[in-house]
Amino acid sequence: MTPESAWAEAMKFENRPNPYRFFDELRKTPVARVADGLYVVTGYRELMALAHDPRISSDSRRLKAKAAAKADAEADPSIAAYGEHGSMIVADPPEHDKNRRQSMRHFGPPHTTDLIPSTEPGIKRLCNQLLDKASGKTRMDIVDEYAYPVPVMVICKILGVPMKDEPQFHAWIHDFMVGIADMGPDAATKEGKARAEKGRVSAAAFMQYLTDLVKGFVKEPSDSMLSKMVHDKGPDGPMTPREVVQNAALLLIAGHDSTVNTIAHCVLTALRNPGTLELLRERPGLIPYAVEEVLRVESAVQFFPSRSATADIEIAGTVIPKGSQVHLLYGAANRDPKRFPNPNKFDLERKDNEHFGWGSGIHTCFGGPLARLEVNLAFETFIRRVQNPRLVEDPPEYRRSNIFRGPRHLMIDYTRIIE
Amino acid sequence: MNAKAGALVADLVSEFKTNGRIVIVGASLAGLRAAETLRDEGFNGKLTIIGDEKEEPYDRPPLSKQVLKGWVRADHTLLPRSRKLDADWRLGVAATGLDRVSKQVRLANGEQVPFDRLLIATGTRARPWFNPKEAALEGVFTLRTAGDAGRLQAALAAKPGRVLIIGAGFIGSEMASVCRELGLAVTVAERAGGPLVGALGGVIGDIAAEMQRDAGVDLRTGISVQSLGGDAKGHVRRAKLSDGTTLDVDVVVPSLGSIRNVEWLQGAGLATGRWGVGCDAGCRVFDVHGVVTDSIFVAGDIARAPHVLYDYQFLVLEHWDNAVFGGKVAAHNMVSLEADRRPHLPLPAFWSGQFGVNIKGVGVGPFADEIVFTQGSVKDRRFAAAYGYRGRVVAAVTFNHGKWLEYYGAMIERSAPFPPPPPGYDAAPDMKPMPARFPEPGVPTGNPDVVLTGHDPTDRQAEYRTKER
Repeated sequence: MTPESAWAEAMKFENRPNPYRFFDELRKTPVARVADGLYVVTGYRELMALAHDPRISSDSRRLKAKAAAKADAEADPSIAAYGEHGSMIVADPPEHDKNRRQSMRHFGPPHTTDLIPSTEPGIKRLCNQLLDKASGKTRMDIVDEYAYPVPVMVICKILGVPMKDEPQFHAWIHDFMVGIADMGPDAATKEGKARAEKGRVSAAAFMQYLTDLVKGFVKEPSDSMLSKMVHDKGPDGPMTPREVVQNAALLLIAGHDSTVNTIAHCVLTALRNPGTLELLRERPGLIPYAVEEVLRVESAVQFFPSRSATADIEIAGTVIPKGSQVHLLYGAANRDPKRFPNPNKFDLERKDNEHFGWGSGIHTCFGGPLARLEVNLAFETFIRRVQNPRLVEDPPEYRRSNIFRGPRHLMIDYTRIIE
Repeated sequence: MNAKAGALVADLVSEFKTNGRIVIVGASLAGLRAAETLRDEGFNGKLTIIGDEKEEPYDRPPLSKQVLKGWVRADHTLLPRSRKLDADWRLGVAATGLDRVSKQVRLANGEQVPFDRLLIATGTRARPWFNPKEAALEGVFTLRTAGDAGRLQAALAAKPGRVLIIGAGFIGSEMASVCRELGLAVTVAERAGGPLVGALGGVIGDIAAEMQRDAGVDLRTGISVQSLGGDAKGHVRRAKLSDGTTLDVDVVVPSLGSIRNVEWLQGAGLATGRWGVGCDAGCRVFDVHGVVTDSIFVAGDIARAPHVLYDYQFLVLEHWDNAVFGGKVAAHNMVSLEADRRPHLPLPAFWSGQFGVNIKGVGVGPFADEIVFTQGSVKDRRFAAAYGYRGRVVAAVTFNHGKWLEYYGAMIERSAPFPPPPPGYDAAPDMKPMPARFPEPGVPTGNPDVVLTGHDPTDRQAEYRTKER
């Protein structure tokens, strides 16, 4: 199989449940050219090197400029949903560093030490309420009935996005995730183009919604993170309202989407590996390790299509020419046998599990500490309260996006919900 | 090897793992991690850990930062344990001698502890003020142990009039930073041209000096402290400087680097000296002739091994992760046969926090002759710089830019060309290499915590054979 065909297969929707055998093919050339001007990185060492290489840019405008210069709309490497609008994830230093500092001040240590821990009681309460609702029946969809509501509630509260608007932005986000965040061959089909068009309309509506929300905070400050970002008195000053809107989109979507996928993958992976739940019930201290191992084997963000080379870069026998797009395939590097012995095995007691589930380098997951807490609490509550859970179908139905990968639904049967 | 001999060796290993006796001298980071590794690797024999401090193994980096600031109590920095050890702990009693013939460690209380394998991990102690009478004045402190940190913290919390720190290495500079955060007047006296020059050179030293002065530190460079004077009650009150001035001070902290705890090994015939204990890349100690021993290993601040990246010069590294990795490798090699032994070839790495700046580095700066700023802005104190020696990258330092270190570490590992290629964004304004301005070896400075100690394992104590006829 050539790198080109392995890449195309890996990106096909029908292979969403298991792209890994194609990643194994790709990894025979750890840095491989898979299309004109597109290189994918599947080796752990190589990914680590490029994630820290200041000749690799995350500024998606470089790619857009290139596409525009080619006047080739088909090749427009439109950055998926939350990258499209110039947030810090698609920016380079020094702008990236400044935006990240301006955001982190209101989210984590050293300036904000209590916010993340303060969410714990609310998360536990909601997890328990959701399971209470599921008692009295014996089948539930882990995605819609359990994994989704928890992180959405938390991120809305932190950012200051009204929960009453959730159905609305949920639909918009769904549309553009389905429409824009498809980097595979399916995007070029007639259906794919229709999805993309709908995605663009929804993305515009979503951005208008956030713009209005931020305008509100300009006039009427609140205790929320977005409001604090608008009125920041820190050393870097406040972001412009436009910057706040761009980063708000990133924080709102990235602040829950991948968490949903990870919670669902925790349940899926545990049920696929007999004995896991019993072991975790007996030794709950292993749950944090289980979560990290799930992130390794089922990376919630498989890659992020913003990066390009600003110079010819020689690595692992390949020269990435200046201007090429470079995808760092976290999901592939996380199963590199040169780094992780027996990489396809889900191993609760794996040592030295320094995976790329949170990315690496300056763009390392901003909300990682919050997501860790959410996933751990949700998984722990599930393990404790759901008696005798079984998968209804395996593999489950997957979401369309090949970037933000996770089950669309995850139906399980169970005997009962324990009090 | 024939099958019979192979079986015999396997028996010996299993016998040693079951009934062997291992003694670790030094109950700090390297000793603890080594002990845990020994148990992880299936050593079930008798394990004795000897330490001259009474405390269980604790972490030292917080002592000059969070502890002095009063955020964390001095006795709350115990190291986390990765497993149960089932060891015989001899804490609060120093080792005073080593008899290699009878294979025994002598303790200060007269006891003898026999061993089959020995790990030396006695580390360093703070270099005291040179005048013992002045050092004994109340208000004069050094900082190395948790006890030191507790006492100094109490003295700083009592709001002294002025603190004098003698020596602007990493620890001295961190202490000055804490003093300013506590709102205390502080003078730093440094013999070299600036802070941190021993470890990072004069170019970075100038930036560090600016940081100190901006924070309100009274920094005096190119100056030494000649004497300390006390009041009638024996409390330090004055310091006389080499430029003839006198300072009124209430607390004095000489921060003059470390002395390696190797005196107890005197007479044992090992390659020990002021730079530490010579060993091979597998942590096996050399004897005084440069012959490697079979049963004695060394790890941590005093291990001095040739390093492939630095012309095979012997290197001592007073770095936290060197203690961790060195301890682990030494332990592994203590219970492994030749073919399974591993090298301890660390890429030196360190960090410091001072004046609101996170400083991180990799490699060995003092090996370099040139430096180039590569990323970020010196003015904003957010930058990366690479060090070069004869056209290759040998070290790097970052100020508030630590996420990029991986890139430079990889360049050092493959001896990549210096200067490095320009970054694609946020490039330093002027990427021109310049002299790094390290002091000549042997010039008293801010005490680098990495020392290139030359090529000789034994300071030329070996006896050379005359030519045979």
